[in-house]
Amino acid sequence: MSSYPSDFKYTKDHEWVRLKDGEASVGITDFAQRQLGDIVFLELPAVGQQVKQGDVLGQIESVKAVSELFSPVSGEIVATNADLVSHPEVINTAPHDSWMVRIRPSAPGEAASLLDAAAYASLVK
Amino acid sequence: MASTSPAELKKTPLNATHRALGARMVEFGGWDMPVEYSGITDEHLAVRTRAGLFDVSHMGEIEIAGKDALALVQWLTSNDASRLAVGQIQYSALTTPTGTFVDDVLVYRMADEHYMLVVNAGNIAKDHEWIRGQAASRGGDTAVVNASARYALIALQGPEAQGILQTLTGVELAGLKYYWFGHGEVAGVRATVSRTGYTGEDGFEIFTPPAQADRVWQALLDAGRSADVKPCGLGARDTLRLEAAMRLCGSDMDDQTTVLEAGLGWIVGWKKDDFLGASRLRDQKTNGVERRLAPFEMKDRAIARHGYPVMQDGRQVGVVTSGTQTPFLKKAIGFAMVPARMVEVGRPLMIDVRGRLVAAEIVPEPFYKRAGRT
Repeated sequence: MSSYPSDFKYTKDHEWVRLKDGEASVGITDFAQRQLGDIVFLELPAVGQQVKQGDVLGQIESVKAVSELFSPVSGEIVATNADLVSHPEVINTAPHDSWMVRIRPSAPGEAASLLDAAAYASLVK
Repeated sequence: MASTSPAELKKTPLNATHRALGARMVEFGGWDMPVEYSGITDEHLAVRTRAGLFDVSHMGEIEIAGKDALALVQWLTSNDASRLAVGQIQYSALTTPTGTFVDDVLVYRMADEHYMLVVNAGNIAKDHEWIRGQAASRGGDTAVVNASARYALIALQGPEAQGILQTLTGVELAGLKYYWFGHGEVAGVRATVSRTGYTGEDGFEIFTPPAQADRVWQALLDAGRSADVKPCGLGARDTLRLEAAMRLCGSDMDDQTTVLEAGLGWIVGWKKDDFLGASRLRDQKTNGVERRLAPFEMKDRAIARHGYPVMQDGRQVGVVTSGTQTPFLKKAIGFAMVPARMVEVGRPLMIDVRGRLVAAEIVPEPFYKRAGRT
C-alpha cells in the first residue's frame, strides 16, 4: 500500500501540500492518481494569478476521466511545473514527487484546516 | 483497492477471480465488471503487441431456432443472413421499423435452422422482448430463447492469441477464418471458439459453460505467461475498439440513429427482401443522410468526450459520441455525429471542450488497422 509523507498536508479532495520556505507546493495524492488511472493531460493556471482556498487551479485528465485540481490554500501562483505538463504520465509513477503549482500563501492560518498524513491515510483507507 | 459492489448488480462467473486479481470494478450496463487491472495503457498495449484476456460474459446470447429461423433473422436484422454458412458469423443491426438501432449484434449460424445473436449486456432483456414480440406477430415456426445464462464468454485478443489458445485446444485455429467459429474443448472444457473480437486485433472469443469459466480463464493466463498475456478490463476494451473504429451501441448510435447515419451501410443487405426499417434505409441510400457519424482526430491537446458539442459559427451543429486518448496511436480521437455535408476527410471541426473551443479534423477510418489484414 502507499505511504503518505508525514511532512505533507492533505485535502479531502486528494491534493497534497508541502509547505517549505514560505511556499506551498501542490500535487495530487497516490490515492487520486490510482482513481484516475493513466493521466494524459494536465492544465495549470497562469503564474501571478491570485487564488482562494478551494478555487479550481486546473484540470487533470486521464484516459477515462477529467478531474479538477483545487487550491488547498489562498495566495499567489508563483510557479507551475512545465515539465509535468509535457509528461503528465509521471504523476502516475511518482505522485508525491510531482508538484503541479507553487503558491505563496496569503492566509497562513488556512494550513490548520488541512489533514495530516495519518488523518488522510485513514480517510482513503 | 477494493470497491463496493451493490448486491443488485449482476455478476459474471469470473467476478471473484477479478477481485482476487486486484481489478478495479465498476458498474456497466447493470453488471459489476472490471474496468482495469494493471492500467488501461498497459492493457491496451499488451493487446496490440502480445495478448490480453477479457471477461465479456456480460454479453447476451439469444438463440433463434426452427423452420422459419432464417426468415425471422432476415426480418429482424439489416445484414443478409442468407449469406451465412453454418459456422460463419456476421456483424449486423437489430433494427426498428425506422431503420434505427434496437442493438448491434453478431449473428452466428449454429446449424441449418439455428442462429445465435450475441447482444450487448445492457440490452439483453430489451432485445429478447423485441425479438419475441416480432416472432409472435409474424407467426411461423420459431423458438426464441434467451440463453445468456448458459454461457460465459472469454476473449483472448492480440497477435499472440492464436499461439496461446492453440496449446489448449484441438480446434484447428490456423484454419479458422476471421468471423468463423468451431466447437471443441479448451483446457478440457466444452467450448465454442470464434475468431472475433472488439479490439481491431486478431483474436478469439470463447463460449464456455459458466461453471467452467474459471478453469478456462486460469488455463489461458497460465498458457499466456511466457507471452506476458494481461488480464484486461472494460477501459482497455473501449480504447481498443475506438482505435479500430468499432462503434459502441448506446454511445455512438441508438434508437434515434439509422444504420446509414452510423456509417454502417456495409451491414445492410440491399438485395434481400423486406426487413424492419428497409424502406427508410433504402430512401436514405437513394437520397442521402442528413447527418453521419464522422471519425475525428484532435489537432489541439485535449480529449473530446461523449456529449461534447461540435460547434460552427457559435452554434451547435453536432455532438461527440465517443472520444479518448488512445494509448497505441498516442492521439486523441473519437466519433462525432455531424451534418453529412461536413463529412469530408481533412475538414476541420471545432469542439467545445468544457467551455473551450478546440480544433479537430475529420480523418479516415479506422484510426488503427493491424498489419497483414486485408
